[in-house]
Amino acid sequence: MTPNPYFFIVIFVGVAIAFPLMPLALAWLWRRFFQPPKPGAGKNAIYECGVESLGEAQVQFRSQYYLYCIIFLIFDVEAIFLVPFAVAFTGLPVGAFIAILVFLLLLIEGLIWAWSKGCLSWALAR
Amino acid sequence: MTEQIDQGLRSELQRQGIWVTSMQELYNWGRQNSIWPLQFGLACCAIEMIATAASRYDIARFGGEIFRPSPRQADLMIVAGTVTKKMAPQIVRLYNQMPDPKYVISMGACAISGGPFKQGYNVLKGIDRYIPVDVYIPGCPPRPEALLHAFMELQRKIDSQKLTGTDKAEHLDPTQLSEFPVPAFGAHDLEPPANPDVFHPLKIERQG
Repeated sequence: MTPNPYFFIVIFVGVAIAFPLMPLALAWLWRRFFQPPKPGAGKNAIYECGVESLGEAQVQFRSQYYLYCIIFLIFDVEAIFLVPFAVAFTGLPVGAFIAILVFLLLLIEGLIWAWSKGCLSWALAR
Repeated sequence: MTEQIDQGLRSELQRQGIWVTSMQELYNWGRQNSIWPLQFGLACCAIEMIATAASRYDIARFGGEIFRPSPRQADLMIVAGTVTKKMAPQIVRLYNQMPDPKYVISMGACAISGGPFKQGYNVLKGIDRYIPVDVYIPGCPPRPEALLHAFMELQRKIDSQKLTGTDKAEHLDPTQLSEFPVPAFGAHDLEPPANPDVFHPLKIERQG
């Protein structure tokens, strides 16, 4: 007699349910018969680095620092391009020179735009 | 429970391939061979603790290599170094947050008594003023071998703890507290300067 091909899946499901439930049940039995639970205010505190938590967890952050980061990152990358540009400056053809100027202009344009939008003034952009 | 098993019968059965044990023995065997310490160091003793955990001394041979960054997962607190009064409340709070059963090793002269900084206004004169200590290691700092020795002493202590009866282990006793009051910063010192329920210093009895 060949068993139903899905019979093995039933066995798998049974094992998959019993496997995590067994240690949980053992832990429950251990707690029930041997080790009494001892909860407390300090023990159940959420923060676990030894320092008492202050204030609310649902605070709002200003997103402005993100803009600062982005602007910084653009010029950080620009510096990487500028160094080889400066090293090879005397041997560059006109096309390459214009290309890097356009690149610089694009970034400076972005900076001026962000500046005029007030992204760089920390106090005003509330 | 172990006393009820006849040792001769036990070894006889063992020779036949049958291993007899008791719940208490199994429980203590499992606990003593997987002690997870809390990962924190306070001063130079911490360097020795790190050396103990690293390959040369290798605390993993005793089952204690899993240093946990969270008190919720730790069994053992190794107070490794000078406890300043600024740090003491945090240590007590961390101890409170550790689940039972929990143990404390007071490592080095500073953690025992304040050590060379005992006269300092900012140094706690021993962590045993606030939390119960199981094993003290003298030394400044103690060598990694000394920490391993303390670890083995702790394993011996765990092995001797009873599961049932009137002298059972503290963590199995519902009347024994597992949390201790956290000291607060006062005007001049920590308030209280010591927990009288925990701190029992030796009294010096002078003759005549």
